[in-house]
Amino acid sequence: MKAAAFDYRSAGSVAEAVALLAEGETRVLAGGQSLGPSMNLRLARPQRLVDVKRVAELRDVAADDAVCRLGAGWTHAEIEDGAMADFSQGMLAQVAHGIAYRAVRNRGTLGGSLAHADPAADWVNTVVALGGTLVVQGPSGQRRVASEDFMLGAFTTALSGDEVLVAVELPRLGAQARWGYHKLCRKTGEFAKAIGVAVLDPGSGLARVLAGAVEGKPVTLPQTAERLREGGPAAALALLPEEAEARLAHLAPNERALRVVAVRRAIEAMAEG
Amino acid sequence: MDGMDQHGPAVAGDGIGARLRRKEDARLLAGRGQYVSDIRIAGMRDVAFLRSPVAHARILSRRKPEGAEVFFLDDLAGVKPIITRSAIPGYKLSEWPVMAADRVRYVGEVVAMCLADSRAAAEDLCEQVEVEYEELTPITSCAAGRAPGAPLLHEHWGDNLFLQTSFDSGIAPVIESAPVKVELELSCARQTMHPMEGKGVVAWWDHRAGQLVVHSSTQVPHVIRAGLAEVLGIPQAMLRVAPPDIGGGFGYKCQLQPEEIGVAWLALTRKAAFRWVEDRREHLVAGANARQHHYKLTAYADTRGRLLGLDAEVSVDTGAYSVWPFTAVLEAAQAGGNLPGPYDFRAYRCKVFSVATNKPPFAPYRGVARPGVCFAIELTIDAIARAVGREAADVRAENLVPGAAMPYVNVTNKHYDSGDYPASLATVREMIGLDAFRAGPKRDAKGRYLGIGFATYTEQSAHGTKVFATWGLPLVPGHDQAHVKLTPDGALEVKAGIPTIGQGLETTLAQVAHEMLGVPIGDIRVTLGDTATTPFSTGAYASRGMVMAGGAVARAAEVVAGRVKAIAAHLLQAEAKDVVFRDGRIHAGAASVSYADIGTAWYIRPEQLPEGVDTGGLEATEGYKPETDNGVFSFASHAAKVAVDAETGHVEILDYCIAEDCGRMVNPMIVEGQTYGGAAQGVGSALFEESPYDEAGQPLASTLVDYLLPGPAELPRFRIRHTETLSPHTAHGIKGVGEGGAIAPAGAIVNAINDALSPLGALLSDIPASPERVLAAVARARA
Ligand SMILES: Cc1cc2nc3c(=O)[nH]c(=O)nc-3n(C[C@H](O)[C@H](O)[C@H](O)COP(=O)(O)OP(=O)(O)OC[C@H]3O[C@@H](n4cnc5c(N)ncnc54)[C@H](O)[C@@H]3O)c2cc1C
Repeated sequence: MKAAAFDYRSAGSVAEAVALLAEGETRVLAGGQSLGPSMNLRLARPQRLVDVKRVAELRDVAADDAVCRLGAGWTHAEIEDGAMADFSQGMLAQVAHGIAYRAVRNRGTLGGSLAHADPAADWVNTVVALGGTLVVQGPSGQRRVASEDFMLGAFTTALSGDEVLVAVELPRLGAQARWGYHKLCRKTGEFAKAIGVAVLDPGSGLARVLAGAVEGKPVTLPQTAERLREGGPAAALALLPEEAEARLAHLAPNERALRVVAVRRAIEAMAEG
Repeated sequence: MDGMDQHGPAVAGDGIGARLRRKEDARLLAGRGQYVSDIRIAGMRDVAFLRSPVAHARILSRRKPEGAEVFFLDDLAGVKPIITRSAIPGYKLSEWPVMAADRVRYVGEVVAMCLADSRAAAEDLCEQVEVEYEELTPITSCAAGRAPGAPLLHEHWGDNLFLQTSFDSGIAPVIESAPVKVELELSCARQTMHPMEGKGVVAWWDHRAGQLVVHSSTQVPHVIRAGLAEVLGIPQAMLRVAPPDIGGGFGYKCQLQPEEIGVAWLALTRKAAFRWVEDRREHLVAGANARQHHYKLTAYADTRGRLLGLDAEVSVDTGAYSVWPFTAVLEAAQAGGNLPGPYDFRAYRCKVFSVATNKPPFAPYRGVARPGVCFAIELTIDAIARAVGREAADVRAENLVPGAAMPYVNVTNKHYDSGDYPASLATVREMIGLDAFRAGPKRDAKGRYLGIGFATYTEQSAHGTKVFATWGLPLVPGHDQAHVKLTPDGALEVKAGIPTIGQGLETTLAQVAHEMLGVPIGDIRVTLGDTATTPFSTGAYASRGMVMAGGAVARAAEVVAGRVKAIAAHLLQAEAKDVVFRDGRIHAGAASVSYADIGTAWYIRPEQLPEGVDTGGLEATEGYKPETDNGVFSFASHAAKVAVDAETGHVEILDYCIAEDCGRMVNPMIVEGQTYGGAAQGVGSALFEESPYDEAGQPLASTLVDYLLPGPAELPRFRIRHTETLSPHTAHGIKGVGEGGAIAPAGAIVNAINDALSPLGALLSDIPASPERVLAAVARARA
């Protein structure tokens, strides 16, 4: 289980990384917590890696009243530890804490997780649940992609081979905001079998409900979210089974049932919190 | 009282019974252990093995890449296949080639050996070897292997059975008359043993000694020496097996490994150094070799739930070949023999099938068959209790062999030597709070279902010569030996052939030597395993080390102690009988000498020695084997309290209590460590670990993403209480305890789950009790 031979370059800037990617046969290396294992299993055989660990721009943080932009290079552990000011009412730190175990969190990054696009990954579900936007840079400059459009399916994204995911823009949650995040997994730090997320910010009017994990893109439940905004958790819970039935029709009944449990518990946690 | 649970009896000082910190931990916990992959030898080259991607196929052709150092079976001139003979009548021999040449029988079977300057480059070579397979129908279950007309793994056998045995004590009258009859069908998943360090071997040629040196991560170095010499066709004197630190064994490293043979052959024929270190993927694929049993049980009882008879059919999914030396059928022999467990009943019929399948060869894993049989009999006891409408703990207590019946010979002729099994059950019943629980709510604030389950077992340890001989092994353990030597400056060297695999033997053997000889524990150095420097031992397995090697160290130390006393008596002008060891010195009355004084007298100033001094000197090699050779029986009861989420199928262990008795504890802290580790593995069997195979014989858990091991967050805080019922048969009344913790958890936990789900009428019968299985059981009950 040793990787096939590859070349290694370390980029000093996003532009440099993009230029190296544009030469072809090159992949971004961030924390290596997904790419490393797949290279060792020889499922991935890039000819060259461009390491973005030392790219300072990937660790920028910028925030205004409505939106916070977080560089893609932050590690799960840094987010867990609150290395940047909290704008999510504790949500990001808590989600980060539930990813894998500390050794993985010390290296794995926000951007790497999103670019890898494992449907069960925590950031994939969280960023979509918050309705975030991804900032991507390629040879012709930066573009912004809505989180719901970024992931095309399991392990595939809207990133092209010469683009680097630079940052994620997420809404600032107000003081009255409530959120619930429920990850169903057998072991602490295991990838999720089902993820339910619910967010409600009365200040901004943001209300989002999401059911995710395993088979493909996370699925949002907009009607349940609308009920959440209008009538609160109890009203949302009343509608949930019906909307889940419709929007998760592609799942086997037992899988769908787990998804509903995860979402219900997320909404309940929000109500309690 | 709870605070006391972790602290059983302890003895002052550093000898037998002391709660002493492990000597080896200073090195192991600081990352200074030296394992196979830490060994560096100039010019050493790396080996990677090409393994079969298919479960069952004829090999049509093999092609090596041009000019590359790739070896097929045909290149290993003179190397014999692994053939494990057994004296058991009806046992069929398998021929396990070191590499497959014309037929592969499991995914992961070695097909080619590739050699390069690094492991990565060797793996590159593996990718370039071309092998053409013609696939055959694989056998992926016992049922498929036993079906009439099944394809055959070893054609000349005529069927797919390594062995079929049957036993009947005469159950017919019970079948006719028993008022209560319960039937169960149970199964235990295939598992992969998970020592932290996988297998690994470095081999080189020692020109000075004229020896092939094999540093293998093995539990049985002296035995491997015999096996390797045989398949390589060289005299044993030409071979030294020297295991370095071993990162766990559990039975996984108790066998002659094809990889070990290949690497040793390279070193032998090329007179240079070679290395192979197993990676986790190879481990999970080619090492999925344990625990898989299937049971069909019918139990007969009276209306109070007293077990009258048990009729059993056990199938062991034995894999493709027989491991050497423990055979393909040790598991079956242990399963049939141990299924009656700690229970007192007289009518037993059992058929055991060892079915050859297209999976890696079955190997004995910590507890050998007993985790499976304990699970089976413990679920049976609970089923009987349900059938007669009584508390399972009461029914269990009434069926256990009572203390007053000891020594007790059970229906399969096991000689239970000592102990009070019902008392251990009563202890955990009280610890876990069964009676208060029964009076309280059956669901928690989150709506989860709560339940308590029990399991009681005996752990046959230090099985003696007689027992192993009846299992027909090609290599029957007899006496274990140890060497003890006082150095000129008064320190003590202890050498034994058993290796240390993480079980603390460097500490416990030092404690035994200290007990006999009084040399301060810090001055005792224990060397283990190396065939060049230690006396013969069959190795570390079957909970035998403390009894056998411990006994040998005690004997050897006793001999040296006698000689030390004789010299001390002379120096102190006293009688030898008045000489005592105390506080790290040797006393007679008010006067004393140091151990260094004795060493100096013997080695440096012999003019100080008494007339007629024993010329054996300050060293001795002695052997030990208990006089009664039937094995000695440790025992324990486990109790688990669980919460079951009937919506997600998740099971949380809320409390876990153990009342265990392994006779005299040489070091209670190490006993607890063994118990924690074993119980953690038992939790793995109960809830997490599984190597499933698909219809094509492909292993579905080939990384640790799919093969779940319990981690610290999944484990309860095990609460342990000890009792010490000495064995009448062994030195110091010691019994073995290395395996026990792993035996009971599946039984206790699944009984607890079934207790929890009783309001829903859901019952689990297969382990691990994964969320999917729990949900399926709930769905079945609702349907
Ligand atoms: C044992 C274990 C358990 C885990 N458990 C969980 C879990 O519970 N939940 C969870 O969410 N995740 C889990 N993970 C995955 C972990 O979170 C990884 O860190 C993450 O998936 C990848 O991040 P990385 O920075 O390591 O990316 P890398 O592995 O370096 O890269 C992953 C992919 O993204 C690409 N990439 C990386 N950064 C960029 C970028 N800036 N722009 C463009 N492409 C980029 C790479 O080219 C590669 O294709 C686990 C991982 C392990 C090893």
